[in-house]
Amino acid sequence: MRLTEDHHDFRSSVRHFVDTVVNPHVDEWEHDGAFPAHDLFPKAAAVGLLGIEYDPAYGGLGADHSFQLVACEELGRLRSAGVGMAIGVQSMMATPSLAELGTDAQKTEFLAPAIAGTAVAAIAVTEPDTGSDVARLRTRARRDGDDWVISGRKTFITNGTQADWICLLARTSDEGGYKGISQILVPTTTPGFSVSRRLTKLGNHASDTAELVFDDVRVPVANTIGEVGRGFQQQMQQFVVERMYAAYVTVGQCDRALEQTRRFALERTVFGGPLASKQYVAFRLAELQAQVDLLRSHNRQTCEARIAGEDITRMASVAKLTAGRLVREVADTCLQFHGGMGYVEETWTSRFFRDARLASIGGGADEVMLQVLARLDGLPA
Amino acid sequence: MKIVVCVKFAPDSTAPRKFSSDDTVDRVSVDGILSELDENAVEEALKIRESAASDAEVVVLTMGPEQARTAITKTLQMGADAGVHVVDDAIHGSDSIASSRVLAAALERTGFDLAVCGMASTDGGMSVVPAMLAERLGVPQLTMASEVKVDGTAVTIRRDGEVATETVEATMPLVLSVTDAANEPRYPSFKGIMAAKKKPVEELTLGDLGVDAGEVGSAAAWTTVESIEERPARTAGTIVTDDGTGADQLVAFLAERKFV
Ligand SMILES: Cc1cc2nc3c(=O)[nH]c(=O)nc-3n(C[C@H](O)[C@H](O)[C@H](O)COP(=O)(O)OP(=O)(O)OC[C@H]3O[C@@H](n4cnc5c(N)ncnc54)[C@H](O)[C@@H]3O)c2cc1C
Ligand SMILES: Cc1cc2nc3c(=O)[nH]c(=O)nc-3n(C[C@H](O)[C@H](O)[C@H](O)COP(=O)(O)OP(=O)(O)OC[C@H]3O[C@@H](n4cnc5c(N)ncnc54)[C@H](O)[C@@H]3O)c2cc1C
Repeated sequence: MRLTEDHHDFRSSVRHFVDTVVNPHVDEWEHDGAFPAHDLFPKAAAVGLLGIEYDPAYGGLGADHSFQLVACEELGRLRSAGVGMAIGVQSMMATPSLAELGTDAQKTEFLAPAIAGTAVAAIAVTEPDTGSDVARLRTRARRDGDDWVISGRKTFITNGTQADWICLLARTSDEGGYKGISQILVPTTTPGFSVSRRLTKLGNHASDTAELVFDDVRVPVANTIGEVGRGFQQQMQQFVVERMYAAYVTVGQCDRALEQTRRFALERTVFGGPLASKQYVAFRLAELQAQVDLLRSHNRQTCEARIAGEDITRMASVAKLTAGRLVREVADTCLQFHGGMGYVEETWTSRFFRDARLASIGGGADEVMLQVLARLDGLPA
Repeated sequence: MKIVVCVKFAPDSTAPRKFSSDDTVDRVSVDGILSELDENAVEEALKIRESAASDAEVVVLTMGPEQARTAITKTLQMGADAGVHVVDDAIHGSDSIASSRVLAAALERTGFDLAVCGMASTDGGMSVVPAMLAERLGVPQLTMASEVKVDGTAVTIRRDGEVATETVEATMPLVLSVTDAANEPRYPSFKGIMAAKKKPVEELTLGDLGVDAGEVGSAAAWTTVESIEERPARTAGTIVTDDGTGADQLVAFLAERKFV
């Protein structure tokens, strides 16, 4: 896939947004444990970041997936992975099912304000007792006339303390397993909804992560996205987009980290010469950059396949697995080559190292990607 | 209302400056961009258009080589409606007097209520073209505005000087120049980038403007650059070690150079 002048121009707009609107504030937000979503999202929306592939009728750009790729690569240059992830949740994790399968009324009420950045969205799948094994979720929506009455708990929910609405995955029948699960839009102002805890984490400090409680939360059955009972399958498709966020953003993160580390290694003197003159250091950095290049190529191919309407489950799983492992290795190596300076908080490497750890867990752990791939290869994993 | 913004295509000020063999600024082999300070001019024009009571149009005017088209594109992406690009080999080497001659001719051709300029280019940096334009066009000049208010055809600006802040008012048509304190330039959105492709850009030659090639270019310039020398490399400074006489040494150092 070749990127055009339009991609290049859009990339510089997103980069400008990252450099001037976001980066100057991330230290403060990291310290505060949250970023002001209602203040930042309208600004992200002005650049066009929150509805790149969505229908212009609801404020989207109506662009193809390749612009999403470019946007994510640039979000990877953000000096806090948490803020990028929060934008990713809004644009690629909580909204794809709604945009694809939602009714006009749902899209007007929920999607349009999310694209405009005036409403903050969250995706709630994970529960205290189950994450990877989505089919074991227990949050229950019981039907009462034209309403769902929802009870249960969700945890590790990004944007959870600030969300205006949630794309909730809940059980809507007693069939068990992946059957009888539905995606339901829940406004957080609904009585019975509460945030029980904001979680403190190893990294992604600027992103708020919450534990949510649903105590007889009543929403109309009309808030169900797509088909009642097909929520599991719909969520699996939504996960595919989520995984591409992780893969695309990794390229930007690693590019930036390796760029900075190369610069450092050229300047830092060890044993009478630049650190970069040590063959081990130069080769490690070159090899990691080569791996980033491979991921970039794979991403572009995946992007092309998605635009062509192909099923990208396999390619997205390969991308997510590769990205999760690569960003951790890059973060570890960059920190290592900065020596003691790399370990102190004032150097970017510390935060990057912490943040990178999530990549192999969130959005489907590495082992879950391997399970998907093994099964596609006909192995009984 | 017709607003024409004059923007310059200048070598990227973050990149090292280079000169061509004829002692002019190299605008061809270096990365050029829309002179950053002109982004403020475009922003002001867009703001005026957006708050205008009646229909307003923002046209962007540049004079420069083929590559200067990228500066126009950027402004169209920001939201300007149309572009005019004066491109002619004879223009190369023009000084500010010749530049103002060409731009004034182009402004006369397009017509304008408001001609908006930046406070200075990021390469030449002389800050004289707006005043020269006003003089040539016989209209008032409101220069170095850090705040602009438009009420009908009346324009009021605040000019923050070294010793005083002035409020100056004039009636359109006029030439306005804005400082970088006037506003925060917007950046192109995706919609802006796509919309820019459909916006018209007119290319004009000196002939189209009725300007004689002999009036412009290096030959017509009022000054000649005889030679250019690279600034000498910085020499190491003097380090004063304080052995109790540090202060005396510093004073002696400054006195020797007549600073004290
Ligand atoms: C910062 C952060 C933000 C998050 N944001 C969201 C969000 O917005 N919405 C949301 O719904 N969730 C979110 N999550 C949850 C995340 O998706 C889950 O943590 C993840 O899917 C793993 O689920 P789990 O934590 O329940 O781990 P488990 O499913 O209990 O798995 C534990 C570990 O077991 C291993 N494992 C799992 N399955 C297999 C297997 N088949 N074979 C071998 N090993 C296996 C893996 O190493 C895994 O890490 C977030 C998590 C974090 C940390
Ligand atoms: C928590 C903490 C506590 C510390 N406590 C002490 C202390 O009590 N006393 C003390 O003196 N120091 C202390 N240090 C400093 C520590 O010893 C140095 O960080 C370490 O020796 C590396 O040196 P440097 O930071 O100057 O890295 P540099 O010398 O700049 O080297 C940077 C990186 O380059 C690589 N490198 C360096 N030399 C080579 C080579 N020849 N070939 C290939 N790669 C090379 C390594 O990956 C190294 O990490 C501490 C550091 C930390 C993080």
